Amino acid sequence: MSLRGKAACVGLATAGTGEAPGRSAMELMAEAVGRALDDAGIDLGEVDGLFAATSFHSMAAMSLAEHLGIRPAFSDGSNIGGSSFMAQALMAAMALEAGLCNVAVIAYGSNQRTAGGFKSISEPMPFEAAYGPRNPITAYALATSRYMHEFGATRAQIAEVAVAARAWALLNPEAFMHEAGALSVEDVLGARAISDPLGKLDCCLVTDGGAAIVMVRADRAKDAARPPVYLLGAAVEHHHRMISAMPDLTVTAAAASGARAFAMAGYGPGDMHTAQLYDAFTINTLLFLEDLGFCGKGEAAGFIADGRIAPGGALKVNTNGGGLSCVHPGMYGLFVTIEALRQIRASLGVDEGFRQPGGWVEGARLSVAHGNGGVLSSQATCIWGAAETV
Amino acid sequence: MSVYFEGPGPEARYRAYLAEGRFMIQRSASSGAYVFYPRTLAPGTGMPDLEWVEPSGMGTVYATTCTRQRPEKRGDYNISLVALDEGPRLMTRVDGVAPDAVRIGMRVKARIAEVGGEPNVVFDVVEAAS
Repeated sequence: MSLRGKAACVGLATAGTGEAPGRSAMELMAEAVGRALDDAGIDLGEVDGLFAATSFHSMAAMSLAEHLGIRPAFSDGSNIGGSSFMAQALMAAMALEAGLCNVAVIAYGSNQRTAGGFKSISEPMPFEAAYGPRNPITAYALATSRYMHEFGATRAQIAEVAVAARAWALLNPEAFMHEAGALSVEDVLGARAISDPLGKLDCCLVTDGGAAIVMVRADRAKDAARPPVYLLGAAVEHHHRMISAMPDLTVTAAAASGARAFAMAGYGPGDMHTAQLYDAFTINTLLFLEDLGFCGKGEAAGFIADGRIAPGGALKVNTNGGGLSCVHPGMYGLFVTIEALRQIRASLGVDEGFRQPGGWVEGARLSVAHGNGGVLSSQATCIWGAAETV
Repeated sequence: MSVYFEGPGPEARYRAYLAEGRFMIQRSASSGAYVFYPRTLAPGTGMPDLEWVEPSGMGTVYATTCTRQRPEKRGDYNISLVALDEGPRLMTRVDGVAPDAVRIGMRVKARIAEVGGEPNVVFDVVEAAS
C-alpha cells in the first residue's frame, strides 16, 4: 500500500516570524495552530492527531496538547532536529491512513531571538566536546572545507547561495531581511569570519517564529475550504549524529531520502516547480541540489552560477528567502514545508499575501520540501502537489 | 550468550588508557575493521568482538576549520577531522602550525595532551599536504 496522495494539507499558518518580543515559544506555536485551523475551517475540537518538536520542550507534543486543552488519540514528539516536521508529515499520513486519527496538526514554535539567541537542547557530543566545537557551525564549516577540497569549489561560488537567497527575500515582505538590500558575492566574502571557511553571511538567521499545518485524509480534503495540497511522497534517512562519524562529508542521507520520496511520488527532480531546501548554511543548498538529483555530485557550485537558483533563474530554490534571509527560529523545517505548500496554493489562486513580481512562482503545482537536522544528520524529503498531480 | 564486556564500559576503558598515556582504538576480530569512537558492539555487524589495539598514530587531515574568536576570550583555534591510517576518523586539534594554516591532506601524528581538562588526542603536523 502506498501513501501517495492519501493525505493532504488543508490549512497552514506562521506566527510571529522574525521578532516576537514578550511571547514564549509555546505561545507562538499555539497561535500558529489556531491560525492554521482557521485557514482550514476546522475546529480545535476535531484535532485528534498532534505532532510537534521544538528546542524549548523535551516533550513538545505533550506540552502543546496541554496548552491547547485537547486529548490527541495519536501524537508524536520525536525530535530529529530541523527535519522533524517532514518526518512528522510522513507519520501523520500513516496515522491518518491507518485510521488512528482524523485531523492531524504539525506544529513548531521558538522565541530564541528575543529570548537571548541560538537555542539548542542538544547534549555535548561525547568524543568531540573537549575540542570546543561550536555546533552546528563547526560541523558545517568542516563539511564546507571538505567540499571545497574535493570538488575545487571556491568561497565565491558558494557565496552565490546566499546572494540568491537574499534576492528572493527582497521579493517577500515577510522575510526578515526584506529591507536589508541586495547582497553581493563580495559582501558574503567580506563578512566577519565565524568558522573558516564560513563567514557570518554563510550562516542562517537567528529569529523567532511559530508554524503549523493541518492534514486530513484525501476523501475529506476534497471538500476542504482551501485547495488541498497532497503529500505525494516522503522518506527519512540518517546515518550519524556527530560530524566526525559522518561517512562522507560531501554526501548526505538526502541521497537516500530523496530517491525514496521521489519514487513514491512518481516524479523526479526535473518535475518540481519549486525546490525548498533547508539552508541553515550555504553548503546545505549545494549538497541537497546534488543529493536530491538536481545535478551531479560535485557539480552544484557550477550549477548555481549566473543566478540559476535566484529569482528569474531556471530553478526556483528557497523562494521565501530561505533560512539565510527569511526566517530561521532554530528548527526551520516547518517553514520550508509551508513555503512549498504556499507556492502551490498561490498558483491555484489562494491569496497568500503580497510579494513583488516573481515572488510567487506561476504554475507551481509540484514542490519538494527537504529537511535537514543535526549536523547534516537527519534528512527528510517530502513531495507536495496540487490535486491535478495526484 | 556472548560476554559483551566485563567491568567498565568501552568509553571508561578508552579514557583509562589515555590517562596511562596510551591512545587505543578498537578492532572487530571477525571483520578486522578498526573502530573509533569506542563501541559496545562492532558497528554495522553487531558482533560483540571488539578488541583494543594500538594504532600507528599516523593520520591525514580530512577536514578542518579555524574557529574565530576574539583574543580576549580564547583566540582562534583549530578543529579538524583526522582520518587514522587504520581508517576511522576522529575530531581533534592539529598543532604545529597556525590554527588557520592546517590543510586537508597534511600528514599528522597523534600525541596525548590535556584538552578540555582531561587527556585527549591531538595531532602534530609531520608533513605538508601533497
